[in-house]
Amino acid sequence: MAAVTPLLSTRGLSRSFGGLKAVREVDFALPEGQIRAIIGPNGAGKTTFVSLVCGRILPSSGTVVFDGRDVSRLPAHKRVRAGIAYTFQITSIFSNLTVFDNVALAAQRHLLDDRQARPTARALEEEGMAALEKTGLADFAEKRAGNLAYGHQRLLEVAMGLALKPRLLILDEPTQGLSDGEIDSFVALVREIGREATVLLIEHNMDVVMALAERITVMDQGRILAEGTPEEIRADKAVQQAYLGG
Amino acid sequence: MTNVKSLWLHAAVILLLFALNFLLPEYHRGIFSRVMVLAVFAMGYNLAFGYTGLLSLGHAMFFAAGLYGAGLTIYHLGWSVWPALGAGLLAGTLLALVVGFLALRTTGVAFMIVTLMFAQVFYLTTLYFTTYTRGEEGLVLPQAMRSLALPGASFSLTDPATRYMAALALLTIVLGLVLILVRSPYGRALIAIRENEERMRMLGYDVFANKLASVVISGLICAAAGAAYAVLFGYVGSGFASIQYSILPLLWVLLGGAATTLGPLIGTLFMFYIIDTASDYTTAYLLVVGLALILLILYFPKGIAGTVRERWLPWLP
Ligand SMILES: Nc1ncnc2c1ncn2[C@@H]1O[C@H](COP(=O)(O)OP(=O)(O)OP(=O)(O)O)[C@@H](O)[C@H]1O
Ligand SMILES: [Mg+2]
Repeated sequence: MAAVTPLLSTRGLSRSFGGLKAVREVDFALPEGQIRAIIGPNGAGKTTFVSLVCGRILPSSGTVVFDGRDVSRLPAHKRVRAGIAYTFQITSIFSNLTVFDNVALAAQRHLLDDRQARPTARALEEEGMAALEKTGLADFAEKRAGNLAYGHQRLLEVAMGLALKPRLLILDEPTQGLSDGEIDSFVALVREIGREATVLLIEHNMDVVMALAERITVMDQGRILAEGTPEEIRADKAVQQAYLGG
Repeated sequence: MTNVKSLWLHAAVILLLFALNFLLPEYHRGIFSRVMVLAVFAMGYNLAFGYTGLLSLGHAMFFAAGLYGAGLTIYHLGWSVWPALGAGLLAGTLLALVVGFLALRTTGVAFMIVTLMFAQVFYLTTLYFTTYTRGEEGLVLPQAMRSLALPGASFSLTDPATRYMAALALLTIVLGLVLILVRSPYGRALIAIRENEERMRMLGYDVFANKLASVVISGLICAAAGAAYAVLFGYVGSGFASIQYSILPLLWVLLGGAATTLGPLIGTLFMFYIIDTASDYTTAYLLVVGLALILLILYFPKGIAGTVRERWLPWLP
Protein backbone atom coordinates (compact mmCIF):
# COMPACT_ATOMS: atom_id res chain seq x y z
CA MET A 1 0.00 0.00 0.00
CA ALA A 2 1.89 3.02 -1.26
CA ALA A 3 0.97 6.14 0.62
CA VAL A 4 0.40 9.02 -1.79
CA THR A 5 2.56 11.96 -0.74
CA PRO A 6 0.37 15.00 -0.31
CA LEU A 7 0.96 18.09 -2.41
CA LEU A 8 1.19 20.20 0.72
CA SER A 9 1.94 19.22 4.28
CA THR A 10 2.98 21.06 7.42
CA ARG A 11 4.51 19.73 10.64
CA GLY A 12 4.40 21.51 13.96
CA LEU A 13 3.82 24.80 12.19
CA SER A 14 3.60 27.66 14.70
CA ARG A 15 3.63 31.42 14.69
CA SER A 16 3.30 33.84 17.56
CA PHE A 17 2.85 37.58 17.50
CA GLY A 18 4.37 38.81 20.73
CA GLY A 19 2.66 36.69 23.35
CA LEU A 20 -0.23 35.69 21.10
CA LYS A 21 0.02 32.23 19.58
CA ALA A 22 -1.83 32.77 16.32
CA VAL A 23 -0.98 29.33 14.92
CA ARG A 24 0.16 26.49 17.17
CA GLU A 25 1.69 23.18 16.24
CA VAL A 26 -0.38 22.59 13.14
CA ASP A 27 0.06 19.26 11.30
CA PHE A 28 -1.78 19.47 8.06
CA ALA A 29 -1.85 17.50 4.81
CA LEU A 30 -3.55 18.26 1.53
CA PRO A 31 -3.59 15.69 -1.30
CA GLU A 32 -3.18 16.86 -4.88
CA GLY A 33 -6.42 17.68 -6.69
CA GLN A 34 -8.57 18.25 -3.62
CA ILE A 35 -10.74 21.24 -2.85
CA ARG A 36 -10.27 21.85 0.84
CA ALA A 37 -12.03 24.42 2.94
CA ILE A 38 -10.67 25.93 6.13
CA ILE A 39 -13.30 27.35 8.41
CA GLY A 40 -13.22 28.77 11.91
CA PRO A 41 -14.28 31.80 13.92
CA ASN A 42 -12.67 35.24 13.47
CA GLY A 43 -9.13 35.28 14.77
CA ALA A 44 -8.82 31.48 14.62
CA GLY A 45 -5.55 31.81 12.73
CA LYS A 46 -6.70 30.84 9.24
CA THR A 47 -5.05 33.72 7.39
CA THR A 48 -1.90 33.36 9.46
CA PHE A 49 -1.77 29.66 8.68
CA VAL A 50 -2.02 30.06 4.90
CA SER A 51 0.39 33.01 5.05
CA LEU A 52 2.93 30.63 6.58
CA VAL A 53 2.25 28.21 3.75
CA CYS A 54 2.80 30.78 0.99
CA GLY A 55 5.71 32.46 2.74
CA ARG A 56 4.15 35.85 3.28
CA ILE A 57 5.16 35.53 6.91
CA LEU A 58 7.81 33.31 8.45
CA PRO A 59 7.06 30.63 11.04
CA SER A 60 8.28 30.72 14.64
CA SER A 61 8.81 26.98 14.25
CA GLY A 62 7.75 24.03 12.13
CA THR A 63 8.08 23.05 8.49
CA VAL A 64 6.15 23.39 5.25
CA VAL A 65 6.63 20.73 2.58
CA PHE A 66 5.32 21.42 -0.92
CA ASP A 67 5.51 18.84 -3.66
CA GLY A 68 7.98 16.74 -1.68
CA ARG A 69 10.32 19.67 -1.03
CA ASP A 70 10.89 21.54 2.23
CA VAL A 71 10.02 25.15 1.39
CA SER A 72 10.06 26.48 4.96
CA ARG A 73 13.04 28.77 4.35
CA LEU A 74 12.14 29.73 0.79
CA PRO A 75 11.18 33.39 0.27
CA ALA A 76 7.61 34.01 -0.83
CA HIS A 77 8.37 34.79 -4.47
CA LYS A 78 10.13 31.46 -4.90
CA ARG A 79 7.20 29.59 -3.40
CA VAL A 80 4.90 31.33 -5.84
CA ARG A 81 7.12 30.19 -8.67
CA ALA A 82 7.07 26.68 -7.25
CA GLY A 83 3.30 26.81 -7.75
CA ILE A 84 1.65 28.30 -4.66
CA ALA A 85 -0.64 31.23 -5.42
CA TYR A 86 -2.32 33.31 -2.71
CA THR A 87 -5.21 35.71 -3.06
CA PHE A 88 -5.33 38.25 -0.28
CA GLN A 89 -8.13 38.50 2.25
CA ILE A 90 -7.68 42.26 2.21
CA THR A 91 -7.89 43.14 -1.46
CA SER A 92 -4.45 43.86 -2.86
CA ILE A 93 -4.48 44.84 -6.51
CA PHE A 94 -2.70 47.42 -8.67
CA SER A 95 -5.37 50.11 -8.35
CA ASN A 96 -3.76 52.53 -10.79
CA LEU A 97 -3.26 49.98 -13.55
CA THR A 98 -5.93 48.63 -15.85
CA VAL A 99 -7.72 45.39 -15.02
CA PHE A 100 -5.96 43.76 -17.95
CA ASP A 101 -2.51 44.93 -16.79
CA ASN A 102 -3.22 43.42 -13.39
CA VAL A 103 -3.70 39.93 -14.79
CA ALA A 104 -1.00 40.45 -17.45
CA LEU A 105 1.57 40.86 -14.68
CA ALA A 106 0.59 37.48 -13.30
CA ALA A 107 0.55 35.89 -16.77
CA GLN A 108 3.94 37.46 -17.51
CA ARG A 109 5.44 35.80 -14.45
CA HIS A 110 4.15 32.43 -15.50
CA LEU A 111 5.29 32.95 -19.11
CA LEU A 112 8.78 34.02 -18.00
CA ASP A 113 9.14 30.86 -15.93
CA ASP A 114 7.75 28.51 -18.55
CA ARG A 115 10.65 27.37 -20.73
CA GLN A 116 8.41 26.80 -23.71
CA ALA A 117 6.79 30.21 -23.63
CA ARG A 118 7.76 33.88 -23.87
CA PRO A 119 5.90 36.92 -22.59
CA THR A 120 5.04 38.32 -26.01
CA ALA A 121 2.22 40.85 -26.29
CA ARG A 122 0.12 38.15 -27.93
CA ALA A 123 0.71 35.49 -25.27
CA LEU A 124 -0.03 38.02 -22.54
CA GLU A 125 -3.24 39.04 -24.27
CA GLU A 126 -4.36 35.42 -24.63
CA GLU A 127 -3.59 34.30 -21.11
CA GLY A 128 -4.68 37.53 -19.48
CA MET A 129 -8.01 37.62 -21.27
CA ALA A 130 -8.59 33.92 -20.56
CA ALA A 131 -8.27 34.59 -16.84
CA LEU A 132 -10.59 37.60 -17.10
CA GLU A 133 -13.17 35.66 -19.06
CA LYS A 134 -13.24 32.85 -16.51
CA THR A 135 -13.90 35.34 -13.73
CA GLY A 136 -16.41 37.32 -15.79
CA LEU A 137 -14.28 40.46 -15.85
CA ALA A 138 -13.50 40.54 -19.58
CA ASP A 139 -15.79 43.53 -20.15
CA PHE A 140 -13.81 45.60 -17.68
CA ALA A 141 -10.37 44.84 -19.13
CA GLU A 142 -9.55 48.46 -19.96
CA LYS A 143 -11.00 49.92 -16.80
CA ARG A 144 -8.77 51.20 -14.02
CA ALA A 145 -8.70 48.43 -11.42
CA GLY A 146 -9.27 50.84 -8.55
CA ASN A 147 -12.59 51.89 -10.13
CA LEU A 148 -14.05 48.39 -10.07
CA ALA A 149 -16.84 47.57 -7.65
CA TYR A 150 -15.57 45.91 -4.50
CA GLY A 151 -16.88 42.48 -5.44
CA HIS A 152 -15.19 42.73 -8.81
CA GLN A 153 -11.92 43.65 -7.17
CA ARG A 154 -12.20 40.42 -5.21
CA LEU A 155 -12.71 38.54 -8.45
CA LEU A 156 -9.70 40.29 -9.96
CA GLU A 157 -7.63 38.84 -7.12
CA VAL A 158 -8.84 35.42 -8.15
CA ALA A 159 -8.13 36.15 -11.82
CA MET A 160 -4.54 37.08 -10.96
CA GLY A 161 -4.20 33.83 -9.04
CA LEU A 162 -5.54 31.92 -12.05
CA ALA A 163 -3.21 33.65 -14.51
CA LEU A 164 -0.28 32.34 -12.48
CA LYS A 165 -1.40 28.81 -13.41
CA PRO A 166 -0.65 27.57 -9.91
CA ARG A 167 -0.66 24.00 -8.63
CA LEU A 168 -2.10 25.15 -5.34
CA LEU A 169 -4.48 28.09 -5.25
CA ILE A 170 -5.15 29.58 -1.84
CA LEU A 171 -8.29 31.72 -1.69
CA ASP A 172 -8.73 33.79 1.45
CA GLU A 173 -12.42 34.69 1.83
CA PRO A 174 -12.94 35.31 -1.89
CA THR A 175 -16.73 35.74 -1.74
CA GLN A 176 -16.68 38.64 0.71
CA GLY A 177 -18.71 41.41 -0.88
CA LEU A 178 -20.10 39.37 -3.78
CA SER A 179 -23.81 39.38 -4.57
CA ASP A 180 -25.81 36.14 -4.45
CA GLY A 181 -25.73 35.79 -8.23
CA GLU A 182 -21.99 36.38 -8.29
CA ILE A 183 -21.51 33.81 -5.56
CA ASP A 184 -23.27 31.18 -7.68
CA SER A 185 -20.99 31.76 -10.65
CA PHE A 186 -18.03 31.87 -8.30
CA VAL A 187 -18.87 28.41 -6.99
CA ALA A 188 -19.00 27.14 -10.56
CA LEU A 189 -15.65 28.80 -11.26
CA VAL A 190 -13.90 27.21 -8.29
CA ARG A 191 -15.28 23.82 -9.32
CA GLU A 192 -13.71 24.30 -12.71
CA ILE A 193 -10.41 25.47 -11.22
CA GLY A 194 -10.52 22.40 -9.02
CA ARG A 195 -10.21 20.19 -12.05
CA GLU A 196 -6.71 21.51 -12.76
CA ALA A 197 -5.39 22.74 -9.45
CA THR A 198 -5.56 21.96 -5.78
CA VAL A 199 -7.62 24.55 -3.94
CA LEU A 200 -7.36 25.71 -0.36
CA LEU A 201 -10.35 27.87 0.42
CA ILE A 202 -10.89 29.95 3.54
CA GLU A 203 -14.55 30.83 3.67
CA HIS A 204 -17.18 32.04 6.11
CA ASN A 205 -20.16 31.44 3.83
CA MET A 206 -21.21 27.89 4.80
CA ASP A 207 -23.31 27.39 1.66
CA VAL A 208 -20.22 27.95 -0.45
CA VAL A 209 -18.18 25.64 1.76
CA MET A 210 -20.74 22.86 1.65
CA ALA A 211 -21.14 23.19 -2.10
CA LEU A 212 -17.43 23.04 -2.86
CA ALA A 213 -15.33 21.35 -0.23
CA GLU A 214 -14.43 17.69 -0.47
CA ARG A 215 -13.00 17.96 3.01
CA ILE A 216 -13.13 20.65 5.65
CA THR A 217 -10.55 21.63 8.24
CA VAL A 218 -11.84 23.55 11.23
CA MET A 219 -9.48 25.87 13.08
CA ASP A 220 -9.97 27.46 16.46
CA GLN A 221 -7.49 29.43 18.56
CA GLY A 222 -4.58 28.56 16.31
CA ARG A 223 -5.21 24.82 16.37
CA ILE A 224 -6.92 22.32 14.11
CA LEU A 225 -10.10 21.45 15.93
CA ALA A 226 -11.51 18.90 13.50
CA GLU A 227 -11.16 17.63 9.98
CA GLY A 228 -13.49 15.56 7.83
CA THR A 229 -16.06 15.45 5.08
CA PRO A 230 -18.76 18.12 5.08
CA GLU A 231 -21.20 15.62 6.63
CA GLU A 232 -18.80 14.69 9.41
CA ILE A 233 -18.08 18.32 10.19
CA ARG A 234 -21.76 19.18 10.27
CA ALA A 235 -22.33 16.39 12.79
CA ASP A 236 -19.31 17.20 14.98
CA LYS A 237 -20.33 18.42 18.44
CA ALA A 238 -17.12 20.32 19.19
CA VAL A 239 -17.35 22.15 15.90
CA GLN A 240 -20.93 23.09 16.51
CA GLN A 241 -19.97 24.54 19.84
CA ALA A 242 -16.98 26.49 18.58
CA TYR A 243 -18.41 27.71 15.38
CA LEU A 244 -21.52 26.48 13.67
CA GLY A 245 -23.87 26.52 16.63
CA GLY A 246 -22.37 29.70 18.14
CA MET B 1 -0.61 51.17 -32.96
CA THR B 2 0.21 53.18 -29.87
CA ASN B 3 3.73 51.81 -30.16
CA VAL B 4 4.03 53.31 -33.62
CA LYS B 5 2.74 56.67 -32.45
CA SER B 6 5.19 56.83 -29.60
CA LEU B 7 8.10 55.81 -31.82
CA TRP B 8 7.24 58.62 -34.24
CA LEU B 9 6.99 61.12 -31.43
CA HIS B 10 10.40 60.21 -30.06
CA ALA B 11 11.96 60.23 -33.50
CA ALA B 12 10.43 63.65 -34.14
CA VAL B 13 11.90 65.03 -30.90
CA ILE B 14 15.37 63.77 -31.84
CA LEU B 15 15.04 65.19 -35.36
CA LEU B 16 13.93 68.53 -33.99
CA LEU B 17 16.94 68.65 -31.68
CA PHE B 18 19.14 67.74 -34.63
CA ALA B 19 17.72 70.61 -36.68
CA LEU B 20 18.15 73.03 -33.77
CA ASN B 21 21.90 72.59 -34.02
CA PHE B 22 21.72 74.60 -37.24
CA LEU B 23 19.00 77.01 -36.18
CA LEU B 24 19.87 78.05 -32.64
CA PRO B 25 22.02 81.07 -31.94
CA GLU B 26 25.35 80.19 -30.35
CA TYR B 27 24.32 81.08 -26.81
CA HIS B 28 21.22 78.92 -26.86
CA ARG B 29 22.99 76.08 -28.60
CA GLY B 30 25.38 76.06 -25.65
CA ILE B 31 22.47 75.86 -23.21
CA PHE B 32 20.89 73.04 -25.19
CA SER B 33 24.10 71.00 -25.18
CA ARG B 34 24.28 71.27 -21.43
CA VAL B 35 20.57 70.55 -21.02
CA MET B 36 20.76 67.40 -23.11
CA VAL B 37 23.55 65.96 -20.98
CA LEU B 38 21.79 66.88 -17.75
CA ALA B 39 18.52 65.52 -19.15
CA VAL B 40 20.26 62.16 -19.46
CA PHE B 41 21.10 62.49 -15.77
CA ALA B 42 17.41 63.19 -15.12
CA MET B 43 16.36 60.19 -17.23
CA GLY B 44 18.58 57.95 -15.15
CA TYR B 45 17.06 59.38 -12.00
CA ASN B 46 13.57 58.95 -13.43
CA LEU B 47 14.09 55.23 -13.90
CA ALA B 48 14.63 54.76 -10.17
CA PHE B 49 12.30 57.49 -8.90
CA GLY B 50 9.56 57.73 -11.51
CA TYR B 51 9.22 54.17 -12.71
CA THR B 52 10.35 52.16 -9.69
CA GLY B 53 9.17 54.56 -6.99
CA LEU B 54 12.55 54.80 -5.26
CA LEU B 55 12.92 58.32 -3.91
CA SER B 56 16.69 58.66 -3.75
CA LEU B 57 18.29 61.81 -2.40
CA GLY B 58 21.76 60.74 -3.40
CA HIS B 59 21.91 60.45 -7.15
CA ALA B 60 24.56 63.18 -7.36
CA MET B 61 27.06 60.49 -6.36
CA PHE B 62 26.36 58.46 -9.51
CA PHE B 63 26.65 61.50 -11.74
CA ALA B 64 29.82 62.54 -9.92
CA ALA B 65 31.25 59.01 -10.08
CA GLY B 66 30.98 59.20 -13.86
CA LEU B 67 32.36 62.72 -13.85
CA TYR B 68 35.38 61.85 -11.71
CA GLY B 69 35.87 58.42 -13.29
CA ALA B 70 36.34 60.12 -16.65
CA GLY B 71 37.90 63.37 -15.43
CA LEU B 72 40.57 61.98 -13.09
CA THR B 73 41.78 59.36 -15.55
CA ILE B 74 42.16 62.02 -18.22
CA TYR B 75 43.76 64.61 -15.97
CA HIS B 76 46.11 62.40 -13.94
CA LEU B 77 46.63 59.33 -16.09
CA GLY B 78 46.45 60.95 -19.49
CA TRP B 79 43.81 58.52 -20.74
CA SER B 80 42.08 59.33 -23.99
CA VAL B 81 38.35 60.03 -24.14
CA TRP B 82 36.92 56.56 -24.86
CA PRO B 83 38.68 54.63 -22.08
CA ALA B 84 38.02 57.57 -19.74
CA LEU B 85 34.31 57.39 -20.51
CA GLY B 86 34.51 53.66 -19.83
CA ALA B 87 36.13 54.34 -16.46
CA GLY B 88 33.33 56.77 -15.61
CA LEU B 89 30.61 54.26 -16.51
CA LEU B 90 32.29 51.52 -14.56
CA ALA B 91 32.76 53.71 -11.48
CA GLY B 92 29.10 54.76 -11.46
CA THR B 93 27.78 51.27 -12.08
CA LEU B 94 29.86 49.66 -9.35
CA LEU B 95 28.94 52.41 -6.92
CA ALA B 96 25.25 51.92 -7.75
CA LEU B 97 25.58 48.19 -7.18
CA VAL B 98 27.11 48.62 -3.73
CA VAL B 99 24.88 51.52 -2.63
CA GLY B 100 21.79 49.81 -4.03
CA PHE B 101 22.60 46.56 -2.30
CA LEU B 102 22.86 48.30 1.07
CA ALA B 103 20.26 51.06 0.72
CA LEU B 104 17.51 48.82 -0.68
CA ARG B 105 17.28 47.06 2.62
CA THR B 106 15.35 50.14 3.67
CA THR B 107 12.28 51.79 2.21
CA GLY B 108 10.55 55.17 2.29
CA VAL B 109 12.09 57.84 4.47
CA ALA B 110 14.91 55.56 5.61
CA PHE B 111 15.85 54.99 1.97
CA MET B 112 15.95 58.74 1.38
CA ILE B 113 18.21 59.23 4.37
CA VAL B 114 20.53 56.34 3.57
CA THR B 115 21.04 57.46 -0.03
CA LEU B 116 21.57 61.02 1.20
CA MET B 117 24.24 59.82 3.64
CA PHE B 118 26.05 57.78 1.00
CA ALA B 119 26.09 60.76 -1.33
CA GLN B 120 27.39 62.95 1.48
CA VAL B 121 30.20 60.49 2.13
CA PHE B 122 31.04 60.57 -1.57
CA TYR B 123 31.02 64.37 -1.56
CA LEU B 124 33.28 64.56 1.49
CA THR B 125 35.61 62.04 -0.12
CA THR B 126 36.06 64.27 -3.13
CA LEU B 127 36.96 67.09 -0.73
CA TYR B 128 39.26 64.88 1.35
CA PHE B 129 41.37 64.05 -1.69
CA THR B 130 41.74 67.70 -2.58
CA THR B 131 45.30 67.05 -3.74
CA TYR B 132 43.88 65.11 -6.65
CA THR B 133 40.46 66.69 -7.14
CA ARG B 134 41.14 70.30 -6.14
CA GLY B 135 37.80 70.13 -4.32
CA GLU B 136 35.27 72.84 -5.04
CA GLU B 137 37.64 74.70 -7.28
CA GLY B 138 37.89 71.62 -9.45
CA LEU B 139 39.99 70.55 -12.39
CA VAL B 140 39.90 71.94 -15.87
CA LEU B 141 40.72 69.27 -18.41
CA PRO B 142 43.29 70.33 -21.01
CA GLN B 143 41.61 71.12 -24.31
CA ALA B 144 44.08 69.00 -26.23
CA MET B 145 42.96 65.88 -24.36
CA ARG B 146 39.29 66.34 -25.13
CA SER B 147 39.23 64.88 -28.58
CA LEU B 148 37.03 62.01 -29.56
CA ALA B 149 38.52 59.38 -31.85
CA LEU B 150 36.08 57.80 -34.27
CA PRO B 151 36.98 55.46 -37.13
CA GLY B 152 38.65 57.63 -39.77
CA ALA B 153 38.55 60.92 -37.92
CA SER B 154 39.08 62.68 -34.66
CA PHE B 155 36.80 65.40 -33.31
CA SER B 156 37.57 68.07 -30.80
CA LEU B 157 34.84 68.18 -28.18
CA THR B 158 35.63 71.80 -27.53
CA ASP B 159 33.95 72.73 -30.81
CA PRO B 160 30.35 73.81 -30.05
CA ALA B 161 28.77 71.95 -32.97
CA THR B 162 30.62 68.71 -32.21
CA ARG B 163 29.75 69.07 -28.59
CA TYR B 164 26.08 69.55 -29.43
CA MET B 165 26.05 66.48 -31.66
CA ALA B 166 27.87 64.36 -29.09
CA ALA B 167 25.33 65.37 -26.44
CA LEU B 168 22.49 64.61 -28.84
CA ALA B 169 23.99 61.20 -29.64
CA LEU B 170 24.11 60.34 -25.93
CA LEU B 171 20.57 61.59 -25.43
CA THR B 172 19.33 59.52 -28.37
CA ILE B 173 20.96 56.33 -27.12
CA VAL B 174 19.67 56.76 -23.58
CA LEU B 175 16.18 57.80 -24.67
CA GLY B 176 16.01 54.71 -26.90
CA LEU B 177 17.25 52.51 -24.10
CA VAL B 178 14.72 53.90 -21.62
CA LEU B 179 11.90 53.57 -24.14
CA ILE B 180 12.70 49.91 -24.79
CA LEU B 181 13.20 49.25 -21.12
CA VAL B 182 9.96 50.69 -19.80
CA ARG B 183 7.88 48.88 -22.41
CA SER B 184 9.58 45.54 -21.76
CA PRO B 185 8.29 42.95 -19.28
CA TYR B 186 11.00 44.17 -16.93
CA GLY B 187 9.79 47.77 -17.13
CA ARG B 188 6.22 46.71 -16.46
CA ALA B 189 7.45 44.85 -13.41
CA LEU B 190 9.20 47.98 -12.11
CA ILE B 191 6.05 50.07 -12.46
CA ALA B 192 4.05 47.38 -10.71
CA ILE B 193 6.58 47.27 -7.86
CA ARG B 194 6.11 51.00 -7.45
CA GLU B 195 2.33 50.48 -7.33
CA ASN B 196 2.13 47.51 -4.96
CA GLU B 197 5.27 45.80 -3.80
CA GLU B 198 3.60 43.17 -1.63
CA ARG B 199 1.32 42.08 -4.45
CA MET B 200 4.31 41.74 -6.78
CA ARG B 201 6.09 39.54 -4.28
CA MET B 202 3.02 37.33 -4.13
CA LEU B 203 2.97 37.16 -7.92
CA GLY B 204 6.38 35.53 -7.76
CA TYR B 205 8.63 38.52 -8.55
CA ASP B 206 11.91 38.96 -6.73
CA VAL B 207 11.29 42.54 -5.64
CA PHE B 208 14.75 43.16 -4.23
CA ALA B 209 16.55 41.91 -7.34
CA ASN B 210 14.31 43.97 -9.62
CA LYS B 211 14.84 47.12 -7.58
CA LEU B 212 18.58 46.54 -7.45
CA ALA B 213 18.72 46.16 -11.22
CA SER B 214 16.75 49.39 -11.52
CA VAL B 215 19.21 51.27 -9.28
CA VAL B 216 22.18 49.86 -11.17
CA ILE B 217 20.81 50.83 -14.60
CA SER B 218 19.81 54.20 -13.18
CA GLY B 219 23.34 54.65 -11.78
CA LEU B 220 24.83 53.63 -15.10
CA ILE B 221 22.80 56.21 -17.01
CA CYS B 222 23.60 58.97 -14.50
CA ALA B 223 27.28 58.05 -14.67
CA ALA B 224 27.13 58.23 -18.45
CA ALA B 225 25.80 61.76 -18.12
CA GLY B 226 28.54 62.63 -15.64
CA ALA B 227 31.32 61.16 -17.77
CA ALA B 228 29.99 62.94 -20.85
CA TYR B 229 29.79 66.18 -18.91
CA ALA B 230 33.47 65.90 -17.98
CA VAL B 231 34.71 65.40 -21.52
CA LEU B 232 32.27 67.79 -23.18
CA PHE B 233 32.60 70.73 -20.82
CA GLY B 234 36.06 69.99 -19.49
CA TYR B 235 35.34 70.79 -15.88
CA VAL B 236 35.29 68.39 -12.92
CA GLY B 237 34.47 69.74 -9.46
CA SER B 238 33.07 68.67 -6.10
CA GLY B 239 30.02 70.86 -6.57
CA PHE B 240 28.54 68.18 -8.80
CA ALA B 241 28.67 65.70 -5.91
CA SER B 242 26.89 68.04 -3.50
CA ILE B 243 23.33 67.68 -2.25
CA GLN B 244 22.19 70.29 -4.76
CA TYR B 245 22.88 67.88 -7.61
CA SER B 246 20.83 65.20 -5.90
CA ILE B 247 17.86 67.53 -5.58
CA LEU B 248 18.04 68.99 -9.08
CA PRO B 249 17.22 65.77 -11.00
CA LEU B 250 14.28 65.27 -8.66
CA LEU B 251 12.98 68.75 -9.54
CA TRP B 252 13.60 68.29 -13.26
CA VAL B 253 11.73 65.01 -13.24
CA LEU B 254 8.84 66.33 -11.16
CA LEU B 255 8.57 69.34 -13.42
CA GLY B 256 8.68 67.36 -16.66
CA GLY B 257 6.63 64.42 -15.46
CA ALA B 258 7.76 61.43 -13.41
CA ALA B 259 7.56 58.06 -15.15
CA THR B 260 7.38 59.57 -18.62
CA THR B 261 10.15 59.05 -21.17
CA LEU B 262 10.26 62.66 -22.37
CA GLY B 263 9.46 64.35 -19.07
CA PRO B 264 13.07 64.58 -17.84
CA LEU B 265 14.16 66.37 -21.01
CA ILE B 266 11.22 68.77 -20.88
CA GLY B 267 11.72 69.43 -17.18
CA THR B 268 15.45 70.08 -17.47
CA LEU B 269 14.97 72.41 -20.42
CA PHE B 270 12.17 74.26 -18.70
CA MET B 271 14.08 74.76 -15.48
CA PHE B 272 17.15 76.04 -17.33
CA TYR B 273 15.13 78.63 -19.14
CA ILE B 274 13.16 79.70 -16.10
CA ILE B 275 16.44 80.34 -14.30
CA ASP B 276 18.03 81.91 -17.34
CA THR B 277 15.13 84.27 -17.97
CA ALA B 278 14.59 85.14 -14.34
CA SER B 279 18.24 85.89 -13.65
CA ASP B 280 18.17 88.42 -16.49
CA TYR B 281 15.64 90.50 -14.61
CA THR B 282 16.36 90.02 -10.93
CA THR B 283 19.03 88.78 -8.59
CA ALA B 284 16.30 87.08 -6.57
CA TYR B 285 15.80 84.61 -9.38
CA LEU B 286 15.47 81.68 -7.00
CA LEU B 287 12.25 83.27 -5.78
CA VAL B 288 10.92 83.29 -9.33
CA VAL B 289 11.99 79.68 -9.78
CA GLY B 290 10.19 78.74 -6.59
CA LEU B 291 7.04 80.53 -7.74
CA ALA B 292 7.17 78.89 -11.15
CA LEU B 293 7.50 75.50 -9.50
CA ILE B 294 4.53 76.13 -7.24
CA LEU B 295 2.39 77.23 -10.19
CA LEU B 296 3.40 74.16 -12.14
CA ILE B 297 2.59 71.82 -9.30
CA LEU B 298 -0.81 73.51 -8.98
CA TYR B 299 -1.70 73.35 -12.66
CA PHE B 300 0.40 70.38 -13.78
CA PRO B 301 0.42 68.18 -10.69
CA LYS B 302 1.89 65.27 -12.62
CA GLY B 303 4.51 67.35 -14.36
CA ILE B 304 4.23 68.63 -17.90
CA ALA B 305 4.42 65.36 -19.83
CA GLY B 306 2.59 63.49 -17.06
CA THR B 307 -0.36 65.87 -17.20
CA VAL B 308 -0.42 65.81 -21.00
CA ARG B 309 -0.59 62.01 -20.80
CA GLU B 310 -3.36 62.09 -18.25
CA ARG B 311 -5.54 64.60 -20.09
CA TRP B 312 -4.86 64.13 -23.78
CA LEU B 313 -2.42 61.42 -24.81
CA PRO B 314 -2.91 58.28 -22.74
CA TRP B 315 -0.53 56.33 -24.99
CA LEU B 316 2.48 58.42 -23.97
CA PRO B 317 5.09 56.07 -22.52
N1 LIG C 1 0.63 40.84 11.91
C1 LIG C 1 0.02 40.55 13.06
N2 LIG C 1 0.46 41.11 14.20
C2 LIG C 1 -0.13 40.82 15.39
N3 LIG C 1 -1.17 40.01 15.51
C3 LIG C 1 -1.66 39.41 14.42
C4 LIG C 1 -1.09 39.66 13.13
N4 LIG C 1 -1.78 38.93 12.21
C5 LIG C 1 -2.73 38.29 12.90
N5 LIG C 1 -2.67 38.54 14.21
C6 LIG C 1 -3.52 37.97 15.26
O1 LIG C 1 -3.47 36.56 15.12
C7 LIG C 1 -4.75 36.00 15.33
C8 LIG C 1 -5.13 35.20 14.12
O2 LIG C 1 -5.39 36.07 13.05
P1 LIG C 1 -5.82 35.59 11.60
O3 LIG C 1 -5.88 36.80 10.74
O4 LIG C 1 -4.92 34.50 11.17
O5 LIG C 1 -7.26 35.02 11.85
P2 LIG C 1 -8.35 34.53 10.82
O6 LIG C 1 -8.75 33.19 11.23
O7 LIG C 1 -7.89 34.72 9.44
O8 LIG C 1 -9.54 35.54 11.13
P3 LIG C 1 -10.62 36.19 10.14
O9 LIG C 1 -11.68 35.20 9.94
O10 LIG C 1 -11.12 37.39 10.89
O11 LIG C 1 -9.92 36.56 8.87
C9 LIG C 1 -5.70 37.15 15.62
O12 LIG C 1 -5.85 37.27 17.01
C10 LIG C 1 -4.98 38.35 15.06
O13 LIG C 1 -5.31 39.51 15.78
MG1 LIG D 1 -8.41 35.81 7.83
